[in-house]
Amino acid sequence: MEKFLSVTGLAAPMPAANVDTDVIMPKVFLKGIDRSGLARGLFHDLRFDAQGGTRTDFILNRAPMQNVRFLLTGPNFGCGSSREHAVWGLLQYGIRALIGSTFAGIFADNAANNGLLLVTLGDDERARLARAVGPDGTEITVDLATQTVTCGGLCLDFGIEPSRRQALMEGRDKIATTLQMKERIRDFEAAYFAEAPWLARGGEA
Amino acid sequence: MRSRTLYDKIIDRHKIQALDDRAGPGSQLLLYVDRTVLNEYTSPQAFTGLRDAGRGVWRAEAALGVVDHVNSTAPDRGASVGDADAQRQIAYFAENGRDFGIEMFDVLDPRQGIEHVVLPELGWVLPGLVIAAGDSHTATYGAFGTVGFGIGTSDIEHLLATQTVTYTRLKTMRVRVVGDLPLGVTAKDLVMALIRKIGADGAAGHALEFVGEAIGALDVEGRMTICNMSVECGARVALMAPDDKVFDYIAGRSRAPSTEMLERAKPVWRALASDPDAVFDREVDLCAGEIAPMVTWGTSPDQSGAIDDAVPDPACLPADRRGDAARALDYMGLEPGTRYEDIAIDRAFIGSCTNARLDDLRAAARILRGRSVAPGVRAMVSPGSSSVRRAAEAEGLDRAFIEAGFEWRQSGCSMCLAMNDDVLAPGERCASSTNRNFEGRQGSGGRTHLMSPAMVAAAAVTGRLADVRALATREM
Ligand code: SF4
Repeated sequence: MEKFLSVTGLAAPMPAANVDTDVIMPKVFLKGIDRSGLARGLFHDLRFDAQGGTRTDFILNRAPMQNVRFLLTGPNFGCGSSREHAVWGLLQYGIRALIGSTFAGIFADNAANNGLLLVTLGDDERARLARAVGPDGTEITVDLATQTVTCGGLCLDFGIEPSRRQALMEGRDKIATTLQMKERIRDFEAAYFAEAPWLARGGEA
Repeated sequence: MRSRTLYDKIIDRHKIQALDDRAGPGSQLLLYVDRTVLNEYTSPQAFTGLRDAGRGVWRAEAALGVVDHVNSTAPDRGASVGDADAQRQIAYFAENGRDFGIEMFDVLDPRQGIEHVVLPELGWVLPGLVIAAGDSHTATYGAFGTVGFGIGTSDIEHLLATQTVTYTRLKTMRVRVVGDLPLGVTAKDLVMALIRKIGADGAAGHALEFVGEAIGALDVEGRMTICNMSVECGARVALMAPDDKVFDYIAGRSRAPSTEMLERAKPVWRALASDPDAVFDREVDLCAGEIAPMVTWGTSPDQSGAIDDAVPDPACLPADRRGDAARALDYMGLEPGTRYEDIAIDRAFIGSCTNARLDDLRAAARILRGRSVAPGVRAMVSPGSSSVRRAAEAEGLDRAFIEAGFEWRQSGCSMCLAMNDDVLAPGERCASSTNRNFEGRQGSGGRTHLMSPAMVAAAAVTGRLADVRALATREM
């Protein structure tokens, strides 16, 4: 997982509420057995029409937004299906952080596990940032060390859960960390199954 | 000891250790996971990750795999596995089962079906467990007093390697459903009414607990429908305290504990309830008696109304919802003010982990007997599991569907997410017993109206969205 320290790049507004993972990564792109090739699927039905033509009205299709690094998102972004492909696709497209109000739970966990930073701002601050970024998008800087978003003269602080921040900044392998607690897990299991013997596998009829 | 909610009791019981120095909602902990179910489309990269890192599976017998998302549901099972991509996912899935010692039900297995239908019917979901799985509707198991929640592929890999997940404790919300559901109104209508009331993100960050007479009166299948679809108001977990109906449901199933073990477990299971003075972060009340059969009009599950109502005018909605509503109506090809009962459909679909268990099929068949699918409507039913399909055939439900003009399909997720060849064509309008009406969910450009299985049957025979209560008077 790539570390996130400080990133500067273009931010695009995408203010709709409840943007679901079916829209972020349509099902035709879920048929692989690896993580590759998902940049093509990102927002596919919003980027392309039924004939495969580019929808020029969609924000990411407007120059220079092909090089977008941030999305300013609306409430409940990433709701619906658990598909991690949505997060993989965003990263493969080049997006490093989403800045919004609320993110759906599974989506947020998936983002954290892959180094996609989610920044949550209050209503007021979000409105100020949206005004600064404008309807066509502009360059901003997101700094995880100082926990700030800067756009022109505007500088906003954001909060983030400390362990998530640490993991993002270190690009840490979570499984290796957990496996350091191997003994504790074994001890837990021994006590747990002794107390609930019905959890041993039942015979199959 | 201080009073605790059911959710907190189960999480506390599975906590291996704290991962930060906080307490309460938002705190991080290492959580033990009892069981998981794997499917062929969210698990492959997790297994590849294990292979690449040279890691094994911590407890292979705690996992079970089921092919359900990409398989064909064509009646002739042997001949039609799916396209090349589907075949590749299915083959890699089987290979992972073999290499890591995990039991897998392939497409031809008589126990195959939608994962959330299969696990309970095996008797593998027991009260007080934590079940995490690579599918958002894992919340279904809350009907048994189990904390079930969806995880992404990275966390599947973590779970397989360690039997744990790093977990953020949720806030709690109690949903009290007072009174009784009126005749013709189902568990699906109840949960759709809740979603409408609190919004698509109304329960975000919360574990729901449902209480009240209307919940106690439902059978276990109806309770599963509610916990399943609670995901569509943003809940990560939905719970109901287990009762005798749950214990009776479990007893005798193929993987249930023995009778002797069940008797040992029951006193522990009976204690799985929130303490009387437990404090929830939020409380929501619903009057069951005021709920009518529900249908969605938009592209988010909270965009819904009672069947005897009409498509809303975005201008009359709260300001922050107008833009989304107008966009949804445009996609759905609907005009404000159109009565729901005047909306003609092209397709009808009964299936999914929300509403394709035996009682769901019975409810639909009751409406279909002696009636025919309206001309021009293509109707299909995909039972929730191969076992449900056999049980339905044993009581003649297949005849009721087939004689009415429905296609009697094999089991799978089918047109719930349309990863196989069961898809809507652009512009086609479908009455559907599924859980998501997102843009393109059932096929690019397809238009989905969510409702109960009986309401789908009513729409299929009417050719338009229809009030099941008008058709069902003699049957109920
Ligand atoms: S039936 Fe639908 S919601 Fe349920 S697991 Fe399958 S795709 Fe997901």
